Amino acid sequence: MHSNKYTLGFMTIVAVILGSFLSIAAGSLKEIQELNVENDSKKNILSCLGFKEDPKSPWGPDEIQNKFNKNITAIVLDINGKSTDLDPKTIDAETDENNFPIYISKVDDKIEGYAIPISGKGLWSTLYGFFAIEPDGITAKGITFYAHKETPGLGGEVDKAWFQNNFVGKKFINDQGELVGIKVVKGKADPNSSYEVDGISGATITSKGLESFLVDDLKKYESFLKNVREG
Amino acid sequence: MLGKDKTLDFLDKKSKVALTDPLMKNNPISLQVLGICSALAVTVQLNTAVVMTLAVVAVLSVSNTVISLLRTMIPGKVRIIVQLSVIATLVILTDQILQAYMYDISKQLSVFVALIITNCIVMGRAEAFAMQNTPGKSFLDGLGNGLGYGGILISVAFFRELLGNGSIYGYTVIPESLYAAGYQNMGIMVLSPGAFIILGLIVWVHRIASGVEED
Repeated sequence: MHSNKYTLGFMTIVAVILGSFLSIAAGSLKEIQELNVENDSKKNILSCLGFKEDPKSPWGPDEIQNKFNKNITAIVLDINGKSTDLDPKTIDAETDENNFPIYISKVDDKIEGYAIPISGKGLWSTLYGFFAIEPDGITAKGITFYAHKETPGLGGEVDKAWFQNNFVGKKFINDQGELVGIKVVKGKADPNSSYEVDGISGATITSKGLESFLVDDLKKYESFLKNVREG
Repeated sequence: MLGKDKTLDFLDKKSKVALTDPLMKNNPISLQVLGICSALAVTVQLNTAVVMTLAVVAVLSVSNTVISLLRTMIPGKVRIIVQLSVIATLVILTDQILQAYMYDISKQLSVFVALIITNCIVMGRAEAFAMQNTPGKSFLDGLGNGLGYGGILISVAFFRELLGNGSIYGYTVIPESLYAAGYQNMGIMVLSPGAFIILGLIVWVHRIASGVEED
């Protein structure tokens, strides 16, 4: 039987040793982990703007950086849709109510599209992704999700290509110029409608959540997109 | 099977038993029914199952070794806390390394790597084996149990990916012509009930094969 003093001493030593192990590991791996997160979000921005990765030969970290730097300009808009000098990396797109990051895709100085961060509640979790807009400011160019905890096979289908491809070419502004968003309908969408996409069966709450936070996020950029539409 | 293998003859009899018993005769999942939670969660695809297996093997063999080294020093009153601290540290370390070097897979495994802490197999082996045996044997016991767990995990994932997705390790193996003829992937295999069904069948076959009977 060990004495209380021994037990206390033993636990202290164990705690110190294990604790320092963890802090050394966390400290030395932090940089590369942050780089991974950054590359993942860059890859998603590229993908929703139409730069698709070939699944057979995935892009390496350098390739993502190169493609991003070559094709994408990241700026931050203020509440009136004017560009600011802020660095998009410093903005938390989910919570910031005054500054909105936007990613502009340019090929040979010609604007090919805009990507905005979107996020909001589904059924179990907050979904994070990007929504891309054609240079006309009316039409959807693509959508991606890079983080969510929805049920695989149900709400989790939001990260699948079949669902995301539905959005391409849909309109979120109606003929009167009002922001209406894109409806995620139950079952099959009306093939003649420009404003709706097929829903995910068994995932009504995820679909409705997506529909509503997409409109909310688009509202933040409306003053900028208005200017885009007027040329 | 493995027990008779000549390549393991450099080990004495007890070490060999520690390593090979959990693979078949005393498998942690199919005979002791431990670690079921993660076996259901990460077996939709083979690559997540393989990475999860490696993570558990690493944690289990190192935690067994460390706890066995400390076994004479650990005060009996706080032994569970010490075991848990060692295991938790190793699990966090594994999780951090995966996040740094295998980011995509660590995203898919999400919370389940962290949940290795609560995997009954890890603490079970620490308490039942490593506290009584030498570091060498404990290491082999951890290795054996990790591989026994992983073997089942990978078999479940093999069937779920094949039937649910038509692919093996991400490569599509079901030919287009079969789909054209009306074949469909089984949606249920992608969901948790699919894992229950496959796991149940594996446990059944395994118990028949090894001739175990419940008391």
